[in-house]
Amino acid sequence: MNTAFLLFLVIVAGTLVITYYAAKKTKTASEFYTAGGGLTGWQNGLAIAGDYMSAASFLGIAGMVALFGFDGFFYSIGFLVAYLVVLYWIAEPLRNLGKYTMADMIAARFDNKKVRGVAALNSITISIFYMIAQLVGAGALIKLLLGLDYTTSVLIVGLLMTVYVVFGGMTATSWVQIIKCVLLMAGTFIISLIVFAKFDFNIVTMFEKMQTATPLKDTFLHPGNKFGSGLDTLSLNMALVLGTAGLPHILIRFFTVKDAPTARQSVVVATWVIGLFYVMTIFLGFGAAAFVGHDAIVNANAAGNMAAPLLAKALGGDFLFAFVSAVAFATILAVVAGLVLSAASAFAHDFYSHIVRKGAATEKEQVIAAKLASVGVAIISIILALFAQKLNVAFLVALAFSVAASANLPVLMLTVFWRRFNTSGAVTGMLSGLICSLLIVAISPNIWDPIPGNAILVGTPLIELTNPGIISIPVGFLGAVLGTLFSSRRDAAKYDEILVRANTGMQ
Amino acid sequence: MNQSSKSSYSRIAESARFRLLMSQKKRFIMPMSLFFLVFYFVLPIMTSYSAVLNQSAFGPITWAWVFAFAQFIMTWILCSLYTRKARAFDAIAEQIKAEAGAAKEVQR
Repeated sequence: MNTAFLLFLVIVAGTLVITYYAAKKTKTASEFYTAGGGLTGWQNGLAIAGDYMSAASFLGIAGMVALFGFDGFFYSIGFLVAYLVVLYWIAEPLRNLGKYTMADMIAARFDNKKVRGVAALNSITISIFYMIAQLVGAGALIKLLLGLDYTTSVLIVGLLMTVYVVFGGMTATSWVQIIKCVLLMAGTFIISLIVFAKFDFNIVTMFEKMQTATPLKDTFLHPGNKFGSGLDTLSLNMALVLGTAGLPHILIRFFTVKDAPTARQSVVVATWVIGLFYVMTIFLGFGAAAFVGHDAIVNANAAGNMAAPLLAKALGGDFLFAFVSAVAFATILAVVAGLVLSAASAFAHDFYSHIVRKGAATEKEQVIAAKLASVGVAIISIILALFAQKLNVAFLVALAFSVAASANLPVLMLTVFWRRFNTSGAVTGMLSGLICSLLIVAISPNIWDPIPGNAILVGTPLIELTNPGIISIPVGFLGAVLGTLFSSRRDAAKYDEILVRANTGMQ
Repeated sequence: MNQSSKSSYSRIAESARFRLLMSQKKRFIMPMSLFFLVFYFVLPIMTSYSAVLNQSAFGPITWAWVFAFAQFIMTWILCSLYTRKARAFDAIAEQIKAEAGAAKEVQR
C-alpha cells in the first residue's frame, strides 16, 4: 500500500502546484470561467477527454466488459459516437453564441429570466447528480485502495476539488484534466499492451481464449448478458449518444478556446483520444476476466469496479496496482473539479449575475459570487454523497445523460435550427424533459426492487425501463415543439441574428 | 444591440453568400447525421431483436464485434470528413464577415 499512498501524495502535490500558478492568472470572471479563452485546440481536446472519461468509464466499463462481455462495450460505443453529435450540431454554434455557460447560448436568442433560470436549473441538476455518483464511487474506491474510511475519502476528494476550483478556476481545472488524461491514457495503454502480449498479440487468439475464460463460456462474446430487454438497450443507447451534447460540464469547455474553428479542432482531438481509450476498454475487460477471474472481481466489488486495478496487480504487481489506483484517483479529481465549476457557473453567472443583479454586477462581485457558489456546490455535494454511501447510485450517471439528452439537447438544437421556436417552447421543452426523466426514474427498477438492498426502496417498480431516454427524449422534443405552437410569439429578426452569429462567429 | 445592427443581421441572412453557406452546410450535415444515427442504432436494434450478428466473421470474432469496431472507424472518418468540409465553410464565413465589415464602413 505504501507505493499507492506515495503516488496519491505526488498527484495531490502536483495538482496543488498547478492550482498555485493558476491562481495568479485567475483574477477576472472570464479567467475564472474560461481560463481567459486562451486554450489551444490540442489543450482543450485533451481537457475535454480528461473531463469526460470518468471513473465510471475507466473502472465501470472495464468491470462491465469483464463480467458481461459485449454488453459492457455498448457504453464505450455510445460514449464515443456521441462526439459526432457534439461536432456536427452543437460545438460551433455554442462557441459562437455563448459566453460562460450553456444557458448563455439559449439566452442569446431568448433574453428572458425564465429561460435562463430553467436552463441553469437543468445544469445544476445534471452536474449534482453526476457529482454524487462520482463522489460515492470515489469514497468506495479510496477505501478499497488506501484503507481510509468512506467519510475521510469523500472529504479529501471534496476538499481538493474545492481548492482547485476556488483558487485556480478554469485554468487549474483544465490542467488537472489534461494531466489526468495523459496519465489515464498511459496507464491504460501499458495494461492493454501487457494483456495483448499475453494473447500473443493476436486478436483471434484473444477472442478464442475468451470463449472459455469466464463462467459465461462462449455466450460471453455475445450481446444480451446484461441487457435483456430490447427497449431498455435502445433507451440506454439513445441517452448515451444524445446526452453528451447536453452535459453542462462538457459544454462549458468550449468557451475556453478563442473561436469556433478551434472549438471544432478540440472536439476532433478529444474524439481521437476518447476513441482510442474506449477501444482499450476491451483489453482491460477481457484481461480482467482472463487473468483476475470472474469470482475475484465480484468478491472485491459486486459491480466490477475493481476489475482494472486488480488486473494491474495481476499483471504488474504492487507497483502497477499503485500506479493504476493513482490514475483512478486523478480521474476522479479531474471530473469532479469540472462538475463543481459547471454547477457553480450556473449559480453565479446565470442566477446571480443575470437574474438577481440583471447584469449590473461588477467584475469583482462576479468573481466573488463564482467562488462562493463553488464552495456552496461542493458542500452540498459532499453532504449528499455522505448520506448516499449505502445507496446504489451508479444509475445517477445514466440519469444525468438522459436529463441532458431530454431537457438540454432539444432546446439547444431548436435554438439554432428552428425559426419558429420561441420562449415558451424553450421553457416547456426544458421542463418537460427534466420532469419526465425524473418521474420515470422515480418509478423505475433503479429506485424500486422487491428484494431489500438491491435498490433504494423496497417494492415493485411501475415501469421496467432502467433508463428513461426512449420516453423522455421524445417528450423533451415534443414539449419544446408544442410549447412553441401554443404560443403566438415569434421574432424572425432575432432568429436572423442568431443564425448569422452561430454560423459565422460574427458578434 | 441597436436597431441598425439588428437589420444588418437580417440583410446578411438574406444575402446570397450566407444562403450559399447555409445550403452547403445543410447538404453536408443532414445526410451525414442521418447516416451516423442509423449506423449507430442499427447495432443495438440488431443485437436486441435478432441473433444474426452472433454468426462468426473471423473465427471466434462475430459480426457483432466487427460492427462494434466499425462504429469507431465510422466516428473517426466522419470526424475527419467534417474537418475537411468545415474549411470550406470557414472560407465562406470569412467572406461574409469581410463583406459585412465593408458594408458598415460605407454606412459610416
